[in-house]
Amino acid sequence: MKSIVCIKYVPDTSEAEVKVNPDGKTVDDSRFSFDINDADNYAVEESVLIKEDKGGEVDVLSIGPKQSEVMIRMAMAKGCDRAVRVEDDRIADHDPLMVAKVLAGAIKDKEFDLILTGCWADDYGHMSTGVALAEYLGVNHASMVKKVEVLDGKVRAHRELEGGLMEVVELELPAVLTIQTGINEPRYAPIRGIRQAQKKELNVVSLDDLGIDPAEVGSEASQVVLENLYIPEVESAAEFIEGEPDEKADKLASILVKGGLV
Amino acid sequence: MSELIKGGAYLLGPVEENTVFTPEDFDDMHLMVKRTCYDFMKNSVEPKIDEIEAMAEGVMTGLLREAGELGLLSSDIPEEYGGEEADKITTNIIAECASLTGGSFATAFGAHTGIGTLPIVFFGNEEQKKKYLPGLATGEKIASYALTEPEAGSDALNCKTKAVLSDDGKYYILNGAKQYITNASWADVIVTYAKIDGERFTAFIVDADTEGVSIDPEEKKMGIKGSSTCSVILENAKVPVENMLWEEGKGHQVAFNILNIGRFKLGAGCVGGSKAVLEFASEYVQQRVQFNQPIAKFNLMKNKFANMAILTYLQESMVYRIAGMIDKKLDEVKDSGGDLSDIAKAIHEYAIECSISKVFCSECMDKIADEGVQVFGGYGYGQEYPAERSYRDSRINRIFEGTNEINRMLIPGTLLRKAMKNEVPFMEAVMGLGGTLKQLKDAEMPQESPEREEFYLNNMKTLFLLAAGNAAQKFGEDLTHEQEVLCRLADMAMEIFAAESGLLRAKKILAQGESEESKLVMDMTSCFIHEMVPKMENWAKEVIAGTLEGEEAGKAYSGIRMLTKYEPINTYAPKRNIAEAVYDAKKYFIDRI
Ligand SMILES: Cc1cc2nc3c(=O)[nH]c(=O)nc-3n(C[C@H](O)[C@H](O)[C@H](O)COP(=O)(O)OP(=O)(O)OC[C@H]3O[C@@H](n4cnc5c(N)ncnc54)[C@H](O)[C@@H]3O)c2cc1C
Ligand SMILES: Cc1cc2nc3c(=O)[nH]c(=O)nc-3n(C[C@H](O)[C@H](O)[C@H](O)COP(=O)(O)OP(=O)(O)OC[C@H]3O[C@@H](n4cnc5c(N)ncnc54)[C@H](O)[C@@H]3O)c2cc1C
Repeated sequence: MKSIVCIKYVPDTSEAEVKVNPDGKTVDDSRFSFDINDADNYAVEESVLIKEDKGGEVDVLSIGPKQSEVMIRMAMAKGCDRAVRVEDDRIADHDPLMVAKVLAGAIKDKEFDLILTGCWADDYGHMSTGVALAEYLGVNHASMVKKVEVLDGKVRAHRELEGGLMEVVELELPAVLTIQTGINEPRYAPIRGIRQAQKKELNVVSLDDLGIDPAEVGSEASQVVLENLYIPEVESAAEFIEGEPDEKADKLASILVKGGLV
Repeated sequence: MSELIKGGAYLLGPVEENTVFTPEDFDDMHLMVKRTCYDFMKNSVEPKIDEIEAMAEGVMTGLLREAGELGLLSSDIPEEYGGEEADKITTNIIAECASLTGGSFATAFGAHTGIGTLPIVFFGNEEQKKKYLPGLATGEKIASYALTEPEAGSDALNCKTKAVLSDDGKYYILNGAKQYITNASWADVIVTYAKIDGERFTAFIVDADTEGVSIDPEEKKMGIKGSSTCSVILENAKVPVENMLWEEGKGHQVAFNILNIGRFKLGAGCVGGSKAVLEFASEYVQQRVQFNQPIAKFNLMKNKFANMAILTYLQESMVYRIAGMIDKKLDEVKDSGGDLSDIAKAIHEYAIECSISKVFCSECMDKIADEGVQVFGGYGYGQEYPAERSYRDSRINRIFEGTNEINRMLIPGTLLRKAMKNEVPFMEAVMGLGGTLKQLKDAEMPQESPEREEFYLNNMKTLFLLAAGNAAQKFGEDLTHEQEVLCRLADMAMEIFAAESGLLRAKKILAQGESEESKLVMDMTSCFIHEMVPKMENWAKEVIAGTLEGEEAGKAYSGIRMLTKYEPINTYAPKRNIAEAVYDAKKYFIDRI
């Protein structure tokens, strides 16, 4: 099995307060710590589990700044074999189609059976990069995957639907799977792996190196214009239920039923 | 690379910022180990905290085993014996993270990796290292260290445990009792000490299942309740002769050299504990509403958070500075072909700094844990929130690894001993005092940071020399009995080291370009130094009043007045900003991770 896992370097917005910069289009990230996107962490683990089970190799691919190399090496410390980091500030990275186009450009000359991505990214939450990547590469895909079984020339993917329903699909390889959190239990990188990871190959490439025309993946090519970012006003709508206890219970029950909550 | 700075020499003259290691110098490897260790603590240890505190069977040893598989127990063990053989920065990072979830895990971890394992690493022979280290590296075997006895606490050499060679010459028969032994109930390996024939103090490696070794029930403790602390009873324990550690009668070399490392790692643990308090407390005060607003908004709360952040910053700057110094020294020893026991002795060069780390950090941690309780109000006193546990856990740090009193005595004591041996030019510096004071007469006080802080710091070093020099001249060898003087000199030496570590780091960060962060770290340093000057003035006066009389004293006081001249600054405004930074990040805001 030859796998490629695509990972993204994202800010941890759960801990610090999110503040929009005065330009209204960017977020002040000085207080955030950055690390691997949560779902991608599961994708890395899944790719390593597959390698441990079936043999083969795992390549890491990431578009991101120099600082993200620690994250990339961390994936290699857990068992991935080599990595490519694309760095080019001409990429319109707020648009998942442009990002997918760059990823596809970096992958197209490689041999692969399986590509794993996270099912969504914690920063912009588009949920579309992996699927778009499959389209650009012209291969099968399954999204929101919660369980993977590698078969002969095929892969069986269990997709998580609404309300805990699962859909099981079989795809011919090569294929792209977008991985859901909780599919496995990501390991910690052992110090020995960390040491080995320092020696693994990590190539840094630009659009020019990949032979990608910047005009096709830049803001001119993108159909998405980032206009404005803002923090939603906190709204609270509280309804006080009055009456005797059984009246109150009736009213509450009917609200819950109407709202589709029970 | 710059030349080596001698232990204690920072007191005698300025130090250049590029000679010190700071967390901003972490390389990828350091950051990655930190990530692994941090995640392991948050995801594997923290959820088990209640089980740990209840001493649920197998939980602590299971976690140590998991840590061992990740390599977190073996950063100090050479590769050939199954270890990771990392630098001391890495060791420090791991020790810091191990304290993030409280003292119980940190203590079990610290006793195993530090005092339990290191005697074998540094002083074991080839067979002993081959036999014990691989198991200790993975956590398959747990180590403990049994030095303390009922009558030998601070006075560790007053050991009553006796070893006698068996008739067939194959065993030493050990008899005695060790008390307060961390990890005792689950240890497989006990490093202990006994006097051969009641005379020659010697270290031994004892397998816990040796006939004649028994473990008493757990002590009932104030804190670190999830760690094991028991007495170890040796009753005709048959220890094979090949388990004697290092040389007969040289047990003190093992005991004292190991303590240095334990002390600097204890400082790192306090850094982790302090960061944990900042994290849970800053979260709480932004939720808790009184008088119609989050209590975080009250300026008195902000002042507390700023003080906690400042003390955390200084501890962190100090422990990584020391780790960097030790790493440089170790490189030198390795380059010159020294063996592992030379390494332990080389670390002794920084005995002063190791004691400073132990005392300063444990006392900062205690203040921070105390304020942690305070900002929770009544909730801080209950067990529902983590503030109460961290307050109880923190307290032990001032007692073990040499009490803070013993370590305070060691700080000036070691400096003066080095001075006598001409290892540091202390006397020359004292002789130069007159000249320094004369120059100061015409000196203008700089108005800008960091020059202003440097000016104060240099004066504080001179102030220390004035106090220490007078005390040394007056009491000579008898100074060891003037414990109050020694204690104050230690306080002065510690404050200087802390302030300097913070200032050098702030200068390094500033050299990377001005930023919000560079301003915050400079403000933290500046607040500390401005509060330090009047404190130091009082201490110096106290020492002189306890040392000199009449005209001599008067002369010293006028020197003190010159050296402690200062202009107060408004610390309220910068401290409010520092607190805001903590609130925004909901943690210690310059953590490198
Ligand atoms: C939870 C816990 C875990 C421990 N783990 C270990 C372990 O794993 N291995 C181990 O060997 N030991 C361990 N210890 C023991 C610890 O190191 C000792 O308690 C410590 O060294 C102090 O000794 P002591 O308790 O006998 O106090 P004492 O020596 O009786 O001290 C009492 C007080 O007198 C002061 N004092 C003593 N001598 C002087 C002096 N010369 N000048 C001024 N003041 C002085 C002390 O500073 C202290 O304030 C542990 C203790 C505890 C509580
Ligand atoms: C063991 C125990 C026994 C008790 N017994 C009684 C009892 O018998 N009867 C009873 O009525 N109560 C009792 N209490 C409650 C006790 O009086 C409250 O805990 C105390 O008044 C603090 O209130 P709080 O816990 O809500 O803390 P908070 O008011 O939330 O305070 C938290 C922190 O915010 C600070 N803070 C709050 N407001 C301001 C401000 N305006 N400016 C600056 N800082 C501020 C506080 O100083 C504190 O540091 C008891 C509490 C305990 C723990």
